[in-house]
Amino acid sequence: MESQPPQERSEQPTKEVPHVLVMKPPPLLTLFEDKFISTKFQLLKAWESTLPLDQFLTAYAGSVRAVLCSGASPITPHIIQLLPSLQLVVTASAGTNHIDLNECRRLGIAVTNAAGVFSDDAADAAVGLLIDVLRKISAAHRFVRHRLWPATGDYPLGSKLGGKRVGIVGLGSIGSAVAKRLEAFGCTVLYNSRKPKPWAPYPFYSNVHELAVDSDALVVCCGLTAETRHMINRQVMVALGKQGIIVNVARGAIIDEKQMVECLVHGEIGGAGLDVFENEPNVPKELLELDNVVLSPHRAVFTPEGFMAACDQVVANLEAFFEHKPLLSPLIDE
Amino acid sequence: MESIGVLMACPMNPYLEQELDKRFTLHRFWKVPEKSTFLTTHCNSIRAVVGNASSGADAQMIEALPKLEIVASFSVGLDKIDLAKCKEKGIRVTNTPDVLTEDVADLAIGLMLAVLRKLCESDRYVRSGKWKKGSYMLTTKFTGKRVGIIGLGRIGMAIAKRAEAFSCPISYHSRTEKTETKYKYYPSVVELAANCDILVVACSLTEETRHIVNRKVIDALGAKGVLINIGRGPHVDEPELVSALVERRIGGAGLDVFEHEPEVPEELFGLDNVVLLPHVGSGTVETRKAMADLVLGNLEAHFMNKPLLTPVV
Repeated sequence: MESQPPQERSEQPTKEVPHVLVMKPPPLLTLFEDKFISTKFQLLKAWESTLPLDQFLTAYAGSVRAVLCSGASPITPHIIQLLPSLQLVVTASAGTNHIDLNECRRLGIAVTNAAGVFSDDAADAAVGLLIDVLRKISAAHRFVRHRLWPATGDYPLGSKLGGKRVGIVGLGSIGSAVAKRLEAFGCTVLYNSRKPKPWAPYPFYSNVHELAVDSDALVVCCGLTAETRHMINRQVMVALGKQGIIVNVARGAIIDEKQMVECLVHGEIGGAGLDVFENEPNVPKELLELDNVVLSPHRAVFTPEGFMAACDQVVANLEAFFEHKPLLSPLIDE
Repeated sequence: MESIGVLMACPMNPYLEQELDKRFTLHRFWKVPEKSTFLTTHCNSIRAVVGNASSGADAQMIEALPKLEIVASFSVGLDKIDLAKCKEKGIRVTNTPDVLTEDVADLAIGLMLAVLRKLCESDRYVRSGKWKKGSYMLTTKFTGKRVGIIGLGRIGMAIAKRAEAFSCPISYHSRTEKTETKYKYYPSVVELAANCDILVVACSLTEETRHIVNRKVIDALGAKGVLINIGRGPHVDEPELVSALVERRIGGAGLDVFEHEPEVPEELFGLDNVVLLPHVGSGTVETRKAMADLVLGNLEAHFMNKPLLTPVV
């Protein structure tokens, strides 16, 4: 039973300072809570209440104008309905697939994300995974650690990265950061995007299947939407070919995971580097047996530097909002 | 040329072996039970030795083969060949530069990413079945880290070019300053180590560069520093490196080479900030074929009295 909403860490509840609703704490908040102390807002921590979420929102979030969310606390039409004063959704992630963007647009609710600040780390992870799969780094490390080198001698050869044709799926801030890096390795960069990017010097492909036909590897960097769900399907993977590599640092559901597992098990594609899965933290057990896959537990952007920059950006967006200033990183419909 | 005796020092590449077998009388040294007897018996027919990073032609071998004309190494490194002795006796030496530069540089960057972003550790974690929602482990950002390169030759320059694409400031140490580059030069390895986050060994192994990464350098690199070795094991004082890693006086290491390959210090197996590879720097199908063709091309050129493709001596 509660008589008052749970308060942000301060001696006295300051009623003038507006609330920012947080239904479940994003990793950013859990790890760097003291970066969210501001004179311009205070956090309304729904998860600390014993009330079921709907009741809590009805009781305490009626005048809440801003919400801080992440994948664990999606902004659905139902939630939006329980927040009649909502004007701003701030997500502590690059991805926005957990937010009903159409509904937000319809109601004039602004949305900001953290795409820019995570781009370097996401791109670094994508390139790292690609090199790892091609050069068998994790597999060879396992080989050495299991004391197999003295007995077995030379390790099987990998495949050269230089000269490979790499198709980037989604040339946004993460995709373009990947492209810039791969160019330095002598890769030929190709891409698919909803529309061609006038600034991009790389060949554009209007659909992923055609991109796959012409590529030795695909690096998935796009957002998850209704259009991109299962966009990388069996047809695309077969087009990529037996030596083809897939790297995914975007969202698991962009790839038809069941089909991908089949293709990997039957050698219809050459390998995969995966940071994301359709049903995290569950990973198809067949993948755990394969030497030509490299697996990562959705931590492509998990660096202290990236997170701190994201905290700064989230707080800056919130403060700008409450000061009636322009938002720093509003979502632009590309 | 079938009567020309070629001695292959150790197994290195099936395609190369096959081609040498076709064109010459190939002797596989590793299959010989009594090596000294063998050398005495065949010393007058062996005119070429094909070596690699593990095994080449030392003074003893050279002395035992009076008809030796050429040593063709299936590597760019020449530390297993007694170059002075070859010069003295007019024996030609060739290696495989350029064709493996990109692969080795790619691997150096791959190791940096694997160590800093804990890729191998993450893979192990997921395969263990222990991944649960809400377990957040942060890794270290790679973009923007200062990269210090020991040896700015072909491989060092290729590493610099790649690291620049990740916005890494580049500095280096080499025997002489390379005024044509814009990278920052440090006159000593200790100063280089003190001023970078990731130190990469990319120079050749000689008397001077043995243990170029010693205790002082390791201390200067420090608790957050990472060492990457794609050169030769003896570039690094291995016992010093191992104790620094075990005692967490250094941040991590990515090692493709070791002092006594294929032996790797046991203490390293339990560390999560270390990536260990079985000397695979040039280990791709594409590059090994190119290297093999270069060895064959050099041998063919020599025995047809044509200019060598990639002579060192």
